[in-house]
Amino acid sequence: MSLELLDQFHDPDLCKSVLERLNAALTGPLRFMEVCGTHTVAIFRSGLRSILPKEIIHLSGPGCPVCVTHESEVNAFLDLAENPKVIIATFGDLMRVPGSKSRTLKAAQADGARVEVVYSPPDALKIAAANPDAIVVFLGVGFETTAPGVAASLKMAKAQGLTNYRVLSFHKIVPPALEALLGDPETDIDAFIMPGHVSAIIGLEPYLPVASKYGKSAAIAGFEPLDILQALLFLAECKRDGRAEVVNLYRRVVRDQGNAKAQAILAEVFTPSDALWRGIGNIPGSGLEISDAFAAFDAKREFGITITECPPLPGCKCGDVLKGKLAPNLCPLFGKACTPAKPVGPCMVSTEGSCAAYFKYQVD
Amino acid sequence: MSDKVLLDYGSGGKASQRFIGELFLKHFDNPELRRLNDGAVLSVGAKIAVSTDTFTVDPIFFPGGDIGALSVHGTVNDVAMMGAQPRYLTCGFILEEGLPIDDLTRIVESMGKAASEAGVWIVTGDTKVVPKGAADKIFINTTGIGEVIIDPAPAGDLARPGDAILISGTLGDHGLAILSTRQGLSFETPVKSDCASLNHIIVDLLKSVPDVHVLRDPTRGGLATTLNEIAIASNVTCEIIEDDIPVRPEVKGGCSLLGLDPLYLANEGKFICVLPEAQVEAALALVRKSPLGVDARRIGTVTAVDKPGQPGRVLLKTGLGGKRLLGMLEGEQLPRIC
Repeated sequence: MSLELLDQFHDPDLCKSVLERLNAALTGPLRFMEVCGTHTVAIFRSGLRSILPKEIIHLSGPGCPVCVTHESEVNAFLDLAENPKVIIATFGDLMRVPGSKSRTLKAAQADGARVEVVYSPPDALKIAAANPDAIVVFLGVGFETTAPGVAASLKMAKAQGLTNYRVLSFHKIVPPALEALLGDPETDIDAFIMPGHVSAIIGLEPYLPVASKYGKSAAIAGFEPLDILQALLFLAECKRDGRAEVVNLYRRVVRDQGNAKAQAILAEVFTPSDALWRGIGNIPGSGLEISDAFAAFDAKREFGITITECPPLPGCKCGDVLKGKLAPNLCPLFGKACTPAKPVGPCMVSTEGSCAAYFKYQVD
Repeated sequence: MSDKVLLDYGSGGKASQRFIGELFLKHFDNPELRRLNDGAVLSVGAKIAVSTDTFTVDPIFFPGGDIGALSVHGTVNDVAMMGAQPRYLTCGFILEEGLPIDDLTRIVESMGKAASEAGVWIVTGDTKVVPKGAADKIFINTTGIGEVIIDPAPAGDLARPGDAILISGTLGDHGLAILSTRQGLSFETPVKSDCASLNHIIVDLLKSVPDVHVLRDPTRGGLATTLNEIAIASNVTCEIIEDDIPVRPEVKGGCSLLGLDPLYLANEGKFICVLPEAQVEAALALVRKSPLGVDARRIGTVTAVDKPGQPGRVLLKTGLGGKRLLGMLEGEQLPRIC
């Protein structure tokens, strides 16, 4: 999309008119949750948060893939990085994520571990081809958005007969996490903004239970201020009218049925599994393991990696923040023991985490 | 000379002498260097400003410049920001054995040209050759000496509530040019480094516009980090307006593709100027006369900190009319997962 067209989605006058309609539609507090790090940052960065009506309460759910990567998963890839035969290929934002002993990939790299930051999984294939004596392990962290690209890299490796490429799959999928949140009697959420990128892959259908089973509304939205305001307007109108609906408001990118090709490659390369979410714990059916057909490329099988839950960090309230029960600044560690420079919990780890965004952007 | 840098060239013997004579002296020639003494004897005004910087940029050649030009511009600019006219540079080279002489020649030539444009002499230097793998191609250290023309010099702790914040041009060009070259990315409209020596424009500004409180070049960490340093040192709030910050459309586009923020990207030919409201028009008119300052803009205002005892900080008024913090860069900017 051209930048000029995108500019219209943060046109101040258009935004102001939607904001006025939003104000008029509100009949009381509206507690909405987004489950996407890009939405978290967009809402803070655009300054939207500071101009929203005070009745609107913004909650950031478990939508940042780096943040929800469990510390025992981080420990597993940090251990793997110490293997002299292994080159770790990773997206950049995993470099600073601490494991349970505050170790990071950045520190491991300084100690001599071979770690390469890549922009896409095919870059990792190139590294594998150029280093036939090493085993290149790509760290498969991310949601439905990134998993298809990783799946494609496995198919490419198979087709090319590349025998030294592996994936360590810690991929997670969003709908089971939503169900886990909605099924928790302590959560207090009126409505959801659904992740634009994830929805482009999975479409509308997986979200339907949010309305049909739990009676909440949800809108798939883009990332520009106008996208977010329109979604909030829809959610406020639903609440005013006592309706529960799931709608796709990001039609310039998301088709209701999602992306069939991407869904097919996910089904071919991965099988659903249970997965540990940092700050939350085990969520049944929320992970993606490498299927038997691609077993030869599975780093977990090759290196005998099993993930067991380690105890939560003392004092860290990230679980409550991710479930929308606690605002970031009300955590006793926030800004004191836990800062972006020395994060304790998952929400402070990635730039897209709710605590990190709050720390970085919130004026008051 | 061989077509590659040999360990012999750093031996101190005849090979070193030929290497220095045929390459460095040729491109840096000036009366002081020509004497080939152990050092240089210089005369400058009563007060001098000194700054040193080491350049390790990878790639060594990038759109809009190279490590050689950068090593001159970077140090010249640091000296100029101290309210001084840069006069002399020293340079130290660490060369990796096997570096192609053609590459080194291009770099040295470009340093010579940059120095002559900035009006500085490279008066003394040193070369060391290290075995292959002990350094990455070429590292350059330069130290600059300048004559202080304004005393007390502008400084980071002199911003005062009511002052205006100016920027001399577009932001993020250098950082994005380096990152995209490193990643092998090319954009429809090529992004070029802005690296340039700012001393002439700075000296003009200091001589004709009184009362410049702060001069800083927003290099590593970008505008956001440098403004935070100023806010903390001066114990003030810097309020800047997003829509007034000049960023080229191609830089904006490239940044959104790579998940980067142009306000945190390095610049090598831009400066921030903080000065009283009354001097804004005069300063902008003067800076815009230079080809290096055509895009100069006022981007904000200095105000008092909200609460006494609170550290200085930077607030950004967004295009939507909202307000948010603009914090300091934590570590290097890393590409995101999604």
